[in-house]
Amino acid sequence: MSIPTQPAEDESHPARPPSAGTAFNTTLRGLNVLQGLAKRALWFAGSLLAASGVIFLIVQTLPGDIAQATLGLNASPEALEAIRQRWGLDRPAIVRYLDWLAGLARGDLGSSYRSGQPVAQQILPGLAVTGWLVGLALPLAALAAVPLGAVAALWRRRFPGAVASGLSQVGMAVPVFFTGVLLVVVFAVELGWLPANGYTPLTGPDGDPAQWWRHLVLPVAVLVIAQASLLSRYVRSGLVEVMTEDYLRTARAVGWTRWGALRRHGTRNVALSVVTVLGLQAAALLVGAIIVEQVFQLPGLGSALLRAVAQRDLPVVQGIACLLVVAVLTISFLVDALYLVIDPRLRSKARR
Amino acid sequence: MRRLTLVTGLALVALLVVAAVLSLGWTPHDPTLVQAGQRLQPPSWSHWLGTDRMGIDLVSRLMTGARSTLLVGVAAVLLAAAVGVPLGIWAGMSRGLAADLVLRAGDVLLALPALLLAILLVAARGGSAATVTIAIGVAAIPVFLRLANAATRGVMALDYIDAARMAGISRAAIARRHVLPNIAPLLGVQASASFSVAILAEAGLSYLGLGAPAGSPTWGRMMRDGQADLFLTPWPALIPGLAVALAVLGFNLLGDGLRDQLDPRLREWR
Repeated sequence: MSIPTQPAEDESHPARPPSAGTAFNTTLRGLNVLQGLAKRALWFAGSLLAASGVIFLIVQTLPGDIAQATLGLNASPEALEAIRQRWGLDRPAIVRYLDWLAGLARGDLGSSYRSGQPVAQQILPGLAVTGWLVGLALPLAALAAVPLGAVAALWRRRFPGAVASGLSQVGMAVPVFFTGVLLVVVFAVELGWLPANGYTPLTGPDGDPAQWWRHLVLPVAVLVIAQASLLSRYVRSGLVEVMTEDYLRTARAVGWTRWGALRRHGTRNVALSVVTVLGLQAAALLVGAIIVEQVFQLPGLGSALLRAVAQRDLPVVQGIACLLVVAVLTISFLVDALYLVIDPRLRSKARR
Repeated sequence: MRRLTLVTGLALVALLVVAAVLSLGWTPHDPTLVQAGQRLQPPSWSHWLGTDRMGIDLVSRLMTGARSTLLVGVAAVLLAAAVGVPLGIWAGMSRGLAADLVLRAGDVLLALPALLLAILLVAARGGSAATVTIAIGVAAIPVFLRLANAATRGVMALDYIDAARMAGISRAAIARRHVLPNIAPLLGVQASASFSVAILAEAGLSYLGLGAPAGSPTWGRMMRDGQADLFLTPWPALIPGLAVALAVLGFNLLGDGLRDQLDPRLREWR
């Protein structure tokens, strides 16, 4: 889990010329946003290309002869040669990389060395599990972080604030596997309310919504605790920042109540902090999910990745690693785009 | 209150260091001694925190584990700072196309989650303390790169840098004499925060079975081993996790406390 540095706070509010031609200005602003989005989309594609190169480079230096590892030590040289040719391992690395890249562009991730199945088909079930885990944890963490951070900010020099800050410090320090094991001890071993591990799909032939829910409660709770603790710190510093701003004092002076002024002027500021950190934390959340999947033995992407690494199943390793990076980049792209929409100050900056 | 943060952080970090150093010469029991008759003992007078499934004293293993936690943390942060800080200062001072490219490369690295990078690297090179250190260190480079770059830009805008330039002082000398001392406190705070990230990552990797080989006393591996006996006794799984949490909390509080000491403006807020 990585703890991002504080979000860059723009302290200078650039003086803006008084808006004259409103229609013209709106068009101009729209263009700025579009330009900013185009630039970020380009950056997204570039990063993806670079990241795919890094992944391929690392994975292709895996020790050992892949063909040998697959067929076993007693395989005949002819069989080894045949399998190398079938997988194209006899070609130079750069050709294999370009081939893989071309496949990626078509949405073809190649076939598993182990099962021969298409990689995409093989990682799809895991994707659903991890998707549920992260997809449920992310909004719940944001929901939990706002009240916790607000308490910490509004009563920051009194008891409730200290308790809220302390909780978030502890939640950030505790590793996810510790929270996971603790919850298992309490809710599965001692109380016996929930299963200790395993997974039941929501739909399909083995699907059972009630069991699905019971198996997801603890893993999702673990991720929510970790993420909400971190997020609440940003909610807190966002709110505290607003509370020390001159415009809030002015709002109070012209008759707004404390809550009214905060709701009106604080929401956007806090939303900005939360969105930024959610973007930065996307990677941490996915990685946290890998560990949580191990704690609860969920058949998600992380488990599939670890298994593929152990089996030297290169196409699957590359495919899952790539998928995770695509997810991280997509989230940070969406966050940047959202940022342009939320923060009026950035619109003019998008031009640069 | 502010002082409390710093003192608590320092105390926890000191505890970790003392345990690690002490374990070089003394532990309550032999941290490798397997005692079949003493399996999964609850905490008692002779075994303060109980024993694991092999009958090994948990306090002794924890103390030995503190060594690798500290070692990997220090080495990884040093690696990240050694690469990230000079590059960041250089990029902040020169601001050319090359500097831009370096910063962009850092951003790409940032998109590769640290643990994913570590999993790939460990898979490629096999699990060892060195591989884990390299993976965590490399993943932390962009953090130092960005911070050093941003801080350097701030310093370069100051008048005395112009004065130094006009006095004909070389860029390398300006970087050494004026930039580095100015941004060092910030880097120190970041280093403390990076320690806790490194400790968490190391524990996570060894929990996944990707760290140092089986049998070595790392906290993550202890948790992994302890989890197998969860229905018999939770201690062997929970105690090493608690140790990780305390170490991380210590470095987080230390970082926060240092930052508050450095920046009186922030003291009001947090």
